[in-house]
Amino acid sequence: MDDAIIQIRDLNLYYGSFQALRNVSMDIPEKAITAFIGPSGCGKSTLLRTLNRMNDRIPGTRIEGKISIGGTDIYSQEVDVETLRKKVGMVFQQPNPFPKSIFDNIAYGPRLHGIRNSKKLNEIVESSLRAAALWEEVKDHLGRSALSLSGGQQQRLCIARALAVEPDILLMDEATSALDPISTLKIEELVQTLKDRYTIVMVTHNMHQAARVSDRTVFFLNGEIVESAETEKLFSTPKDARTEDYISGRFG
Amino acid sequence: MREQAKMIFKNERTSIMDKVMPVLLFVCAGVSVLTTVGIVYTLFSETVRFFSLIPIGEFLAGTKWNPLMNPKSYGIWPLLGGTLLVTVIACIVAIPIGLAAAIYLSEYAPAKVRKVVKPALEVLAGVPTIVYGYFALTFMTPLLGSFIPGLPVFNALSAGIVVGIMIIPMVSSLSEDAMMAVPNSLRHGAYALGATRFEVALKIVLPAAASGVVSAAVLAFSRAIGETMIVTVAAGATPKLTANPLESIQTLTAYIVQVSLGDTPHGSVEYGTIFAVGTTLFVITLLLNIGARKLAKRLREEY
Amino acid sequence: MTGWNRADDHVRVLRRRRTDWLLHLLFLFCTSIGVVVLLVLIIDIVIDGIGYIRPELFQNFPSRKAAESGMKSAIVGSLYMLLIMLPLSFVFGVGAAIYLEEYAPKNRFARFIQLNISTLAGVPSIVYGILGLTLFVRLLSLERSLISGALTMTLLVLPVIIVASQEAIKAVPRSQRDASFALGATPWQTVWRSVLPSALPGVLTGVILAMSRAIGETAPLVMIGALTYIAFLPAGLKDSFTVMPIQIYNWISRPQPEFHQLAAAGIIVLLIMLLMMNFSAILLRNKFQKIGKE
Repeated sequence: MDDAIIQIRDLNLYYGSFQALRNVSMDIPEKAITAFIGPSGCGKSTLLRTLNRMNDRIPGTRIEGKISIGGTDIYSQEVDVETLRKKVGMVFQQPNPFPKSIFDNIAYGPRLHGIRNSKKLNEIVESSLRAAALWEEVKDHLGRSALSLSGGQQQRLCIARALAVEPDILLMDEATSALDPISTLKIEELVQTLKDRYTIVMVTHNMHQAARVSDRTVFFLNGEIVESAETEKLFSTPKDARTEDYISGRFG
Repeated sequence: MREQAKMIFKNERTSIMDKVMPVLLFVCAGVSVLTTVGIVYTLFSETVRFFSLIPIGEFLAGTKWNPLMNPKSYGIWPLLGGTLLVTVIACIVAIPIGLAAAIYLSEYAPAKVRKVVKPALEVLAGVPTIVYGYFALTFMTPLLGSFIPGLPVFNALSAGIVVGIMIIPMVSSLSEDAMMAVPNSLRHGAYALGATRFEVALKIVLPAAASGVVSAAVLAFSRAIGETMIVTVAAGATPKLTANPLESIQTLTAYIVQVSLGDTPHGSVEYGTIFAVGTTLFVITLLLNIGARKLAKRLREEY
Repeated sequence: MTGWNRADDHVRVLRRRRTDWLLHLLFLFCTSIGVVVLLVLIIDIVIDGIGYIRPELFQNFPSRKAAESGMKSAIVGSLYMLLIMLPLSFVFGVGAAIYLEEYAPKNRFARFIQLNISTLAGVPSIVYGILGLTLFVRLLSLERSLISGALTMTLLVLPVIIVASQEAIKAVPRSQRDASFALGATPWQTVWRSVLPSALPGVLTGVILAMSRAIGETAPLVMIGALTYIAFLPAGLKDSFTVMPIQIYNWISRPQPEFHQLAAAGIIVLLIMLLMMNFSAILLRNKFQKIGKE
């Protein structure tokens, strides 16, 4: 693929003796939304976490193969994982705002990376909240605790927080599965607006969401890629029988 | 291939803190290890020196303790006896009452009562031991004296009872923890069969929590052995091997205080007694604590 | 149906219920002994000591005459000791807790340190006095001074602070750390900016409780040589000093009843100070909990 910002080649991942990913190879295009779908335990979240090396935090994890982002092998010695995570952001399944004010939540990331000037921070907070479609709702109470927001708002806050460090890639790990349908829809619309500026990789257990929102879809089963195609093609004319079974609800 | 330049992931700023802090923090954790090393080394090295001057046989088997005045004798048993006497009295007081309180709080008490009683017990646990010492001398001893004619001002009974009172909260809260660890499913099963509360408590919960409760008792025993100020103030300074609680005695801890308050020259045999007695105290409490921990572990493993 | 005599069963049930009721009363009685004793203790001490609660108690130094005695040197000594202990025990205690929870690999060595700490918590306080005497007073030649006492007491309360801080740090959810790392934080940044601020209420509560314990301890300081007759205020770290519990002990040891009453007055002062410390711990904890939620 010409415009692939992420290239994965022959990736095998082990948690201790358990193999979670087998021979995964794929390209993820830039400034598009790619969805990973599959039944629970198929390895899609695990693969997502390799992209920002959050798997490093789990002891006993072993990786074989190569993952390149922007042409650089992210597991090589010359990569500092802090900067990798700055450029590859993540939003988690359960909203996890810090028990701090809304402002301090968004400013947390920039402050980590050395930005102290309060004018600059104010700008970053505003632009991040606008990008996450949350600014109008919270602009008058930036000092309030982030925990006072509703679930859907907290998740948009987490998106804004991730955007505040100006990543190139945004990883979303089942980011709407803990939310109500209305909040879910709001976030799906939000994600559509983000793809002009960010490459988005989303894991979802809801294949209809993948069909609604993504440009490319990859179907996983038991740690392997079964099929990967443009979303429309995958859902209308799946090539693999297992894909067709999953999509038509025969399992999963 | 992408036309743009290769992405580089290099930190702009080096974090000095991330290099330095783990080392400093390790040092902090090391202080605790050094404390143990310090205690063990001090006690044992000085005790070894002591036993080069005084035969260990006399220490371990002798029944007279008179190291400061002639004729000198160095048998540990009077001090051990005094400590044991006070401790046994304390446990007779604390264990039944503490256990009963634990049963009440865990099986019977409504939330409102718990809200009053638990903080009260916590306060009781926080009272400084010198305050208990005062209480023993000026309240408990006269009170006992009105029932027991001829009770000396310093006696083991008064001190023992007050030490017991001091450790009730400890027995109560540790036993309660052990009982709370018993899963509710066991209780529900028994209630469903028509058991009353005390039957559930005594026949189901208590046996299940046994290791934890015994562990609590052992810890309380150990705490009573290590108690210093109550016995120093109220139990006396006369080392004597006796089983009579109405007499004045001296405990291991009270002896150490007595010697420290005096002018004992460093390096002398008398100074060395501090360490010999201190080591005895340390070893006894250490063994008890290890035993209690093993028992508590057994409880955890069961659930 | 054979042998199912309803009347018999009913009698048995009634008996069991009555036993239950009696035992309920017994257990309640035992539980209230604790509360009752506490009340008796407080009332007794207040009655004994209230006569000596007057300005002289705070303004005067101890003296051979009860009417002229006060505990100024003891109060000041206790406060100075706390002042020195506070930063030391905070840094070393919280530092050790952070190391154990965030940095130490989960191996046998870490378990050994943990075991070590819980063992230290069970060592009688007088043994710490012996350690302090040997290490600080003699080996480091700090003499029978304020600094020796403060250092010894720091070692005594360290296990308490470490355990309380560990609990507070453990209570911070993993999801919070994940969020911090996912934004590109280093381990120290995550500890300093996210974990510690969240754990602070629990940590502070532990520190205050440790200080309350320290202020009431007598035995280790007796061994260090916090003398019982100090008629001056310590001016430097190496000066002799005394603390409230030791002054109280000194007064209890005198035969005259006036000194016993003085001791009771001293106890009242000590208990009030403890009450204030514990109260502020509760206030602090509530304040921090509120900040997290509004």
